[in-house]
Amino acid sequence: MGGFSLGQPMPVTVDTVLFGLLALVAAISAVGVVAFGRTPVRSALSLVVNFLTLAIIYFTLGSEMLGIIQIVVYTGAIMVLFLFVIMLLNLGAQPPLAKAKDVKMLLAILVAAGLFAAVFAAVVLPMASADIPAIGKEMKGFGKPDAIGYSLLTEYVWPFEMASVLLLVGIVGSILLVKRRKQ
Amino acid sequence: MEDITPILWALLRVVLIAVPLLLLVPFLLWWERRLLGWMQDRVGPNRVGNITFSKTSRLVPKPLRGKKYRLFGLAQAFADGIKLTLKEDIMPAAVDRVIYLIAPALALFPPIALLATIPWGPSNVFSINGNPLTPVADIPVAILYIFAVSSLGVYGIVLGGYASNNKYSLLGGLRSSAQLISYELAMGMSLAAMVLATGSLSMTQMIAEQQKPLWGVEALGFINNWFVFTPFGFISAVIFLICMVAETNRAPFDLPEAENELIAGYHTEYSSMKFASFFMGEYAAMLVFSGIFSTIFLGGYTLPFSAPGLDAAAGYLAPLILFVKSIFIFTCFIWIRATLPRLRYDQLMALGWKWLLPLAVTNFVVVMVWIAATKVYGEGIGWLAVGGCAAIIFAVFGISAQRSRTGADPLQSRKVILVDPKKGGA
Repeated sequence: MGGFSLGQPMPVTVDTVLFGLLALVAAISAVGVVAFGRTPVRSALSLVVNFLTLAIIYFTLGSEMLGIIQIVVYTGAIMVLFLFVIMLLNLGAQPPLAKAKDVKMLLAILVAAGLFAAVFAAVVLPMASADIPAIGKEMKGFGKPDAIGYSLLTEYVWPFEMASVLLLVGIVGSILLVKRRKQ
Repeated sequence: MEDITPILWALLRVVLIAVPLLLLVPFLLWWERRLLGWMQDRVGPNRVGNITFSKTSRLVPKPLRGKKYRLFGLAQAFADGIKLTLKEDIMPAAVDRVIYLIAPALALFPPIALLATIPWGPSNVFSINGNPLTPVADIPVAILYIFAVSSLGVYGIVLGGYASNNKYSLLGGLRSSAQLISYELAMGMSLAAMVLATGSLSMTQMIAEQQKPLWGVEALGFINNWFVFTPFGFISAVIFLICMVAETNRAPFDLPEAENELIAGYHTEYSSMKFASFFMGEYAAMLVFSGIFSTIFLGGYTLPFSAPGLDAAAGYLAPLILFVKSIFIFTCFIWIRATLPRLRYDQLMALGWKWLLPLAVTNFVVVMVWIAATKVYGEGIGWLAVGGCAAIIFAVFGISAQRSRTGADPLQSRKVILVDPKKGGA
């Protein structure tokens, strides 16, 4: 499978059918996050489904590590905390922000369209001409844990260490916020 | 279209491990009830399935007349199953319908998905035409996968608790999510130490590593280097065992369904088959976690000792060996349930955060130092470094524990004051 262009129909294989289904579920659940605005738990659940399907898409691309990390971090930890907070505070329906037609609505639509165009131009257009399977072949052991670990600790060691420091600051900060009350 | 035979092979692998698990669940129930009965000095289910033929009836064939056949109550599990299927399914009016229906299915998903990485036999023995039958997927990130999928186990419980629209159910769900988040960390750290010791995240690699001679000493070559026999592996195994009990919401960590406080916790509002799927999910999860424990710490499908002729024979007995080990760990679950009283909630949190997590991190650091020192300076220095490192960490931990004990407020206790409103009590 070489590169595909937007004009030509993609060949129908098991991979493309699977991707199409997963992408559909991901897109629908992404819309669901916003559409279920009146029931926060359902919004959160849509987000869970979205994260899960993304992880499965990563699996189909052969990067199991990324998919697993996606599940561990987002689906398994962050979303559980989201649900926990939503249930603990027993959040109900929020009053809708826009009751009538408003100039701001038009502005919002324009900004959204612009953002979509920018993302489309930056992501989808270059991809149309790229030879995607070749990118995977370039790196030895693409998506395997040892390859990721190696490149994290050699090529990307400074961003990696900075992220660790940032996380450490976050942890210390949160402990400080909790402890402060006692004094 | 592409060749679909890989998909069919994958399906076969799934069926070969998922179907036995689901078929075993009724027997696990029977085993637990009989064992609990024995441990608590009572009888337990021993009647269902006993057949006593009439001595005089002509409807009974002659050789059978007056004979008794005992099944030790084995049919009780099937009677329960039939009862649960035929019972009226009551759905309370105030539930969140969609989530209420999804939750039991979500409770069954993680245990079955967790099976994917457990190998139940050496793939060179159990394969057809070069297509291995086990494990379902020999992925290089199997340990992380276990970690990921087991963390999804909370959804069934939390959503069940939420959707029931019942205060007790909600409390059960909340307890469960807090409990899982707390114990997952210690579980992950205990597994991380094992990953360091193996040098791989793959389950098959872990089993291969445990086939080596004990402690790397050739003279002890007849005993396999199961991780539970190594000092760091033993600590990890204990931590993992405790976290495993907490993850499956079993006694003494069964606060999400504490009967005397929350009726039945998250599944109070569930009846019939939906309740049965929660129940099945719990027992399947127990057995699957037992299998994971056996694979990571007890050498998986291998025997504890190896001899040239024995290994080949043990290859064919592999599923049986893994089964016996898993049932042993499952029995430990029941044993713990029958022995220990339920923890108080603050005790549960303190155990997870103040004891298991520091212990797991210490273990992790010690293994790290051991590997680094052994690779750089050789065996002797490696062991020395481990001893020194462990001593320093335990000293620091001891001092900090001492300090926090002297500095902290004395344990708060609450008094219950009975108030009679008729006499104008506050």
